[in-house]
Amino acid sequence: MTAGDGGAKRGLRIIVCIKQVPKAQELSVDPVTKTLKRVGVPSEINPPDQNALETALRLKAERGGEVLVLSMGPTSFDESLERAIAMGADRAYLISDRALGGSDTVPTANTLSEAIHKLGSFDLVLCGEETTDSSTGHVGPGIAGHLDVPQITYCSDVVVVGDRVRGTRMIEDGAETWECALPAVVTVDFGCNRPREPSLTGKIRVKRGGLITRWSAADLNLDPAKIGLRGSPTIVAKVETVQLPDRQGKIFREEPAVAVALLLEALKKDGVVLP
Amino acid sequence: MTDPGSPGAGPHASGVWVFVEARRGALRDVSIQLIGEARRIADRKGAVLSGVLPGWKIDSLAREAIEYGLDRVYVVEDPRLETYTSRPFTKILAALIRKHRPEIVLFGASKNGRDLGGRLHAVIDTGLAADCVRFDVTPEGYLDMIRPAFGGRSLAHIHCEKQRPQMASARQNVFRPPPRNLSRRGEVVREAVEITDADLDVRVVRFVETPKHDVSKIDDAKILVSGGAGLGEAKNFALLEDFADVLGGAVAASRKPVDAGWVPKAVQVGQTGKTVRPNLYVAVGISGAVQHLAGMQEAGTIVAINHDPKAAIFEVADYGIVGDLFQVVPEMIRQLRARSGKTAVAVSAAAGDR
Repeated sequence: MTAGDGGAKRGLRIIVCIKQVPKAQELSVDPVTKTLKRVGVPSEINPPDQNALETALRLKAERGGEVLVLSMGPTSFDESLERAIAMGADRAYLISDRALGGSDTVPTANTLSEAIHKLGSFDLVLCGEETTDSSTGHVGPGIAGHLDVPQITYCSDVVVVGDRVRGTRMIEDGAETWECALPAVVTVDFGCNRPREPSLTGKIRVKRGGLITRWSAADLNLDPAKIGLRGSPTIVAKVETVQLPDRQGKIFREEPAVAVALLLEALKKDGVVLP
Repeated sequence: MTDPGSPGAGPHASGVWVFVEARRGALRDVSIQLIGEARRIADRKGAVLSGVLPGWKIDSLAREAIEYGLDRVYVVEDPRLETYTSRPFTKILAALIRKHRPEIVLFGASKNGRDLGGRLHAVIDTGLAADCVRFDVTPEGYLDMIRPAFGGRSLAHIHCEKQRPQMASARQNVFRPPPRNLSRRGEVVREAVEITDADLDVRVVRFVETPKHDVSKIDDAKILVSGGAGLGEAKNFALLEDFADVLGGAVAASRKPVDAGWVPKAVQVGQTGKTVRPNLYVAVGISGAVQHLAGMQEAGTIVAINHDPKAAIFEVADYGIVGDLFQVVPEMIRQLRARSGKTAVAVSAAAGDR
């Protein structure tokens, strides 16, 4: 399709890739063992992916079309896919297979790309800028590389005009606006919009069921050598605990004037020279 | 699909490379920092250290990169490469990697560096470790790529044993910039990689520069006053501005005030924001979620002000005041002003060296 041939009237087919992650803000450190308390920590849709989904739903509201949600992970991810549908996504797809366990960003991008092929044509693939649990930001650009389409990463604003997408990237020294033809992969900045809450009608759609499709590795005809741990070029060779500086932890509970005086005295003693 | 095939495994792969990022006529800070670290890795491996520098009118930048420690720079010059876009830069890196077969390729983890690495690793099918804060070489000769794991309480050592090159990005402002040696000599190699119109699939239509004083304030500040949910609303950040002024510092924030739109994302400290290492970090009304601690736990001295004595922030603080921040902070400002005039505000090296 070329510009000016009526593309503006056509609805958009948007695929949003999401991951389910532990809720970072609910994580805390055990004061005794100094390790992360992970048991019982609730999950959420990776926060930047929520912003990507919100971006997709707004584009659909403007332009019409459909929003498909795609994820790869264990069946517990259904919780997030249901939430995405309740927020307004049309359908969701979960690639779930033991053989996919241990995937690094190479097979993850590869597997998601194969699923996108299976979904057929698309206008936009939207991803969060990165996940809060792995923080690589590599999967979105990896998908673009696999699909051989343009990419615009770290966008705080995404606009579709006709058959082109315009994304404003927040980079270190400013805001840079890139524009390219559809189809494209766009990654969305964390916090660039306020993700909507699930709606009542959305929840009813979830209840009725039938909107989540499960795919196995075999359903996608994935090469066993290209998936999961085996298809991952990198390994985590070991994990070391960070040795944090030992803090004195001196707490002042006096009334403000006294507490502040004591604090300033203590800082001065430590060599923190104050006015 | 893009061009198939990995540059392959490699007994023959050799040499350490860095992607040298030119940005608006200058080398990016992270590229300079990376050259210093890559020099160390190359020396340990007894390898040649090369840079790849795509751009336009970049002769002086190529020389500068050599003066910071490169042995060789592969220069690809084209007016259409003046501003970074993903596909042409990926094509250039992929072509040069296939041609010269480096063992290691490193990127600065700027937004563009991550954009490039992410696309490239999928196209050439090799591993890429993101945002490394330390590198080492294992006894077997693998690059030990060390990066913070979830929550910032541990470091993961990532290895890429079979595929070549081994690739990683280096977090910004972690590695010290190497000294510049103006008499250092190296080789500038001009490479031609054909860029077609189809490769120019993205147009950069606009750039709005962020004013300098907004960009690096919290990265470079020696003293940070950081506000959290306890501030309650946007206008209360004015109190922290006053506090920072009297201390000669800058204002930062935890995630909540950013989510709520009270302050811009650029000042956010934490897992989803920035990692800072000021000499003094004063956390005001911040509960201390792990995701926040990950961004500030390496500060020299940490002071916490919070009304909740059980707040997790006190666990990592050197000093804490349990009390209402709206009483404690004005009192701090008052007492600091009362003292001022005697000595200039300064924080000794001893406090910042931890």
